[in-house]
Amino acid sequence: MTRRWPLWVVVGVIAAWLVAPTLVVVPLSFTGARSLSFPPQEWSLRWYENFFENGKWLASLLNSLQLALIVSVAATVLGTLAAYGLSRHRVRGAGATNALLLAPMLVPSVVFGVGTYALFLKLHLVGTFAGFAAAHTALAIPFVMIPVSSALVTFDSTMERAARVCGAGTAATFWSVTLPAIAPGVLAGAMFAFVTSFDEVVVSIFLSSPYLETLPVRMFNSLEREVDPTLAAAATLIICFTTALIAIGLTASSRRSRVR
Amino acid sequence: MSDTLQRIREAPAVETPERMPDTGSRRRDPLSLLLIGPAVLFVLVFFVYPVASFISKAFTFPEWGTQNFAWLFSDSTAIDVLVRTLCVAGGVTLITLVLGYPYAYLMSVSGPRARAVLTLLVLLPFWTSLMVRTFAWVVILQDNGVLNSGLNSLGLPSAHLLRTTPGVLIGMCQVLMPFMVLPLSATMRTIDRRLIQAGQILGASPREAFWRIFVPLSLPGILAGTLMVFILSLGFYITPAILGSPKQELLPNALYTQISELLQWGHGAALAIALLLTAGVVLALSMAVSKKFGARISDASRLEL
Repeated sequence: MTRRWPLWVVVGVIAAWLVAPTLVVVPLSFTGARSLSFPPQEWSLRWYENFFENGKWLASLLNSLQLALIVSVAATVLGTLAAYGLSRHRVRGAGATNALLLAPMLVPSVVFGVGTYALFLKLHLVGTFAGFAAAHTALAIPFVMIPVSSALVTFDSTMERAARVCGAGTAATFWSVTLPAIAPGVLAGAMFAFVTSFDEVVVSIFLSSPYLETLPVRMFNSLEREVDPTLAAAATLIICFTTALIAIGLTASSRRSRVR
Repeated sequence: MSDTLQRIREAPAVETPERMPDTGSRRRDPLSLLLIGPAVLFVLVFFVYPVASFISKAFTFPEWGTQNFAWLFSDSTAIDVLVRTLCVAGGVTLITLVLGYPYAYLMSVSGPRARAVLTLLVLLPFWTSLMVRTFAWVVILQDNGVLNSGLNSLGLPSAHLLRTTPGVLIGMCQVLMPFMVLPLSATMRTIDRRLIQAGQILGASPREAFWRIFVPLSLPGILAGTLMVFILSLGFYITPAILGSPKQELLPNALYTQISELLQWGHGAALAIALLLTAGVVLALSMAVSKKFGARISDASRLEL
């Protein structure tokens, strides 16, 4: 035990390297200066003001939120049904189907982005909300499949058989027995789908137009052109938002362990 | 309650299709097709079709033939990009392994509370937006940034890191650390510590016991982590685009340039095939290696999201 302290020092440095960089943006968002110099010499809220008063920043935030909400609903429905179908019924080629549905997670996003761009140009979907929603949903389906499938593996299917024996139909069994039991997995999947869409940059860069961009795209463009601390304000808002989501997720997962 | 359940479990199946005698081939179940169908159709239309039709341009743009691959293997910038991408992916993998190993080791030997804190710390960047983290690295690495003012106050010369390959390495390693640490610690937790004690009783020094017993037993985790980090780092676009130098492009960025600036769809598609093939070959190689370790690798690669 006494010889473990050098290890703790090394790990402490690594942990700081993992966490600290992100926290730099929080104080920076309150700077009074126009530059990204750190630490700030004077403090102000002007960059938050700018964020909420500049139409483009606020619009991109609202676009991202709306999109992530729609994507998380669509991907959760499609992904949950597919995971359920694959786990409960014998299907020819179940392994191949599973691989197909997980593929969007594995293919590099640039390849997917370029392909989608070419297709959506033909379909006139570039720069439209529907285009964003379709592409993000395809990307988010695997992130729903994984937690839902693992929830279904631990779920005791005897319960379903019991419900059927007691006279419930297939739909009623799914709705009132299976779904409540796998709810934590479904909720986790919905959360991952939300974050996948809310965070997505590469595909969104291809699909965006000057009239429709998401918050990450706006951040990317502003980082490439005019960097100002509004970016830090946007980043801080995202950090607060995702922290709140994690808190919800952790509460859900602690409830899950109590049920078990 | 459990009695009833037990009886139901043992009762001969009534009208449950799962218990129907297996007639050799698997049946098509209309209900499951209805459940799986929408997701499959969606992924086929909005994922497989666009990706496949883009990739096929390598053979069809601007005309039928293999001219795009001839370009890929003769153009010196294209070769540079391929080599640089492999080197950066290899470097990221090596750095995350060297830094992630002690981290995962400490996670596996410390008490439950310390482990929870270490897990949370490694998961935090996992949950923080990629754009936010990349922006944070700009703030830190820029010439008058946090790192350089820190170095200067210590009396050290400043380092020029933003828009260089070392800058990309620093940013990418931080982003990909969780993918190395999580499978490593998952494997290490399954290692029976008595084996190390046994080795020491039989005369091995602690160092020898670590290198000859613990490290070999953790190989499945090492394999899963390096595989994941290597494949993910091949496809990184945002971090190199912002932290890297435009003169030292990586493959995904070169692909973007070929298409959006040079309108060379065929060249871009050839690069995409090179990217997918490299990832595929690495995956196949590691699958072959992992057969040696049997099922343990699948335990290790199961990320606890």
